[in-house]
Amino acid sequence: MTALLETRNLQKSFGSTPVCCGIDLAVNPGEMVCLIGASGSGKSTLLRCLNLLEPIDDGMILFDGHDISVPGLDPQPIRQRIGMVFQSFNLFPHMTAAENVMLAPRRVHGKTREALRPEVETLFDRFGLADRMAHYPDQLSGGQQQRVAIVRALAMRPEIMLFDEITSALDPELVGEVLDVLRQLRETGMTMILATHEMGFARELADKVCFLDAGVIHEEGTPEQLLSNPQKDRTQAFLRRIL
Amino acid sequence: MRLAYASTLAVILATTAHAQSDCATGLTLEDGKLTIATGNPAYFPWVMDDAPESKKGFEAAVAYAVANEMGFSDDQVVWTRSSFDEAIQPGAKNFDFNLQQFSITEERDEIVDFSLPYYAAAMAVLTRQTAIDNGATAELGALKGLIWGADANTTAVPMLTSIIAPDADPLLYGDNADVVEAMKANQIDAALFDLPTALYLSAVVLEDGVILGQFPADRSEEPDEFGFLLEEGNPLKTCIDGALTAMKSNGTLAAIEAEWLSETTGVPVIE
Amino acid sequence: MVTRRQAYETRVRRKANLVAGGSTVLVLAGLFILVPLAPGWPAVKKSFFNADVFMQTFPGLLNAFLLDVTIFAWSAPLIFALGLLVALARDVRAPAAYPLRLAAILYTDIFRGVPVILVIYLIGFGIPGLGLPRPYNSPYIWGTVALVLTYAAYVAEVFRAGIEGVHQSQRAAAASLGLSNADAMRFVILPQAIRKVVPANMNLFIALQKDVALLSFIGPVEIFRQAGVYKSLLANFTPYVGAALIFLAITIPATRYADYLLSKQRRART
Repeated sequence: MTALLETRNLQKSFGSTPVCCGIDLAVNPGEMVCLIGASGSGKSTLLRCLNLLEPIDDGMILFDGHDISVPGLDPQPIRQRIGMVFQSFNLFPHMTAAENVMLAPRRVHGKTREALRPEVETLFDRFGLADRMAHYPDQLSGGQQQRVAIVRALAMRPEIMLFDEITSALDPELVGEVLDVLRQLRETGMTMILATHEMGFARELADKVCFLDAGVIHEEGTPEQLLSNPQKDRTQAFLRRIL
Repeated sequence: MRLAYASTLAVILATTAHAQSDCATGLTLEDGKLTIATGNPAYFPWVMDDAPESKKGFEAAVAYAVANEMGFSDDQVVWTRSSFDEAIQPGAKNFDFNLQQFSITEERDEIVDFSLPYYAAAMAVLTRQTAIDNGATAELGALKGLIWGADANTTAVPMLTSIIAPDADPLLYGDNADVVEAMKANQIDAALFDLPTALYLSAVVLEDGVILGQFPADRSEEPDEFGFLLEEGNPLKTCIDGALTAMKSNGTLAAIEAEWLSETTGVPVIE
Repeated sequence: MVTRRQAYETRVRRKANLVAGGSTVLVLAGLFILVPLAPGWPAVKKSFFNADVFMQTFPGLLNAFLLDVTIFAWSAPLIFALGLLVALARDVRAPAAYPLRLAAILYTDIFRGVPVILVIYLIGFGIPGLGLPRPYNSPYIWGTVALVLTYAAYVAEVFRAGIEGVHQSQRAAAASLGLSNADAMRFVILPQAIRKVVPANMNLFIALQKDVALLSFIGPVEIFRQAGVYKSLLANFTPYVGAALIFLAITIPATRYADYLLSKQRRART
């Protein structure tokens, strides 16, 4: 089985600060991979590099077998196929929830609002947002905003979804509704990479868990192996701290 | 005894007054001095080379003649400068009288005092050769069709609207230089000035300037007359008016006008 | 039931109101009683606050003010458009567009650095002086151009600040959806940026409304010039007071409104 998304020796630094120091990661179609690790371990940067929001310094990113990290490559067509959801939602505050969702399909795929409406309504409905379509972001709770952000990314029909600590900015009682969305998404067979601190969730759904430390994947394995029986000292120390 | 003394004094005074009037005594800002204001700068043909003490130029010459008539020697004349706004603003003045082509108007007269007129200015039309080439003539009908400009601070403005009544709204400017600049930029065809100013501009400032014609002072409804400007209620007015009246009757004033404004002849009159 | 704290705060507030009211009354009384006692007051009143002159000239001033309003009305949209274009030119990152960026930077630096009146003189007399035929040499056209060039430079800076003030995460979100840079700017960044800078722009446009009067220097007889003509004819400064009142009638409500928008925005942000 060829990986849908793969990195080889991915390196990235900001100025003189190295953030990713040679990351090798492979995600197969339909897989869900969880990235865990302390703040600053490189999880977010890795996701931003995968979506070509940050150019990488060295190494390679392969998407569907093609090198997408070639310098000078137009990132737009790639990004259209990779969905991304951010910790701080990043909804467009001057648009309603429905407009947020329809903007990219309209502009990128040239579809009309009318043509998009049935599909968008279905998506809102599926994630319990049917009555929130005409609301502006500041009229929605954090959990609702994050669900709209997920719908927005899904509306582009991506082949893979990247989630960057999407529950970290939420009040604890709102985390559940967002994780429910991910469960539903998991059932559809969507390929996903999650940076997360929700160990219970990772244990429940992930195919693979990677522990990032100091810019490299320090240890990886099934949730069972990594979370219950970590082999390396640093992994153990990290898990002790947060569990 | 006292009577005899008084009559002796009267005789002495009368004798001196024959040569020099004493009507200004004690009425000037400074005893024994006559402080006269002019514009800053003062210019041709009113004051030559911005130097009124040279007595050259129409207003400089008139000022000295009036001062002499009032009993001041040339050495007793002191010059100062003032802007138009300074001259008409309320409050004490730093001059005994001010002459810089102030037109006498009823409304101005409520705020300040004016002497009798020392000059009745004809209004003249300044234009450029190009406008004449384009068919501008000194006919009232043709004048209406031109685009007009004027210095906003002069009585040319009401005269423009009442006598010429141009078809297009006139453009108004802050000073002569700007009117000329607009004329050079071909934004206006013609401008209305008092004749001496028009002569100066056409001769010195505007390269292809031409004076198209003049509206004589006695033909306009309100002849534009220049007077000395004084502080409201200044008692010196009687003395100045006396001097001006004397100069008019003995021909002095006409002689000065002929000497300094002689070029006024030869400009066609607009009927 | 009033708590101890509420009672204390009521006392403090009442005292503050008394002091504020008292000092205001004192200052106003000083103005209205002492100023007329000044020896020069009757003359000043006659020259600056002359009721007859006011009544006689006010309709003419109002009429002249229409020209100010007209010039403002056609300048404002042009300033908005040019300011926006220049701000966008400064945001372009493509190397081929470097001359454009450089030009935009030079333009904003130069026109913000020169007094408006100089620009009006230079453009209003200078460009028609090159020999443009009528009606293209009109002082209305070139005066407007001068105003537009000057004010668009300020407006461009305001827009640029607004564009930079939109959080980077919005650009990232737009990019992650596959939107082009142009679409991200047009649909995501600009609408937010323009809203953000409405109060700052309103203040600029209030200043513009006043600076329209500077066009009078190159000929148009707008309110300031009309007041000057009246002043000169009547030897009385009351028309200037009338003109000031007309300006204030427009600018004070507009300024209050801009301040209101600004404080509303500040509240929304906290």
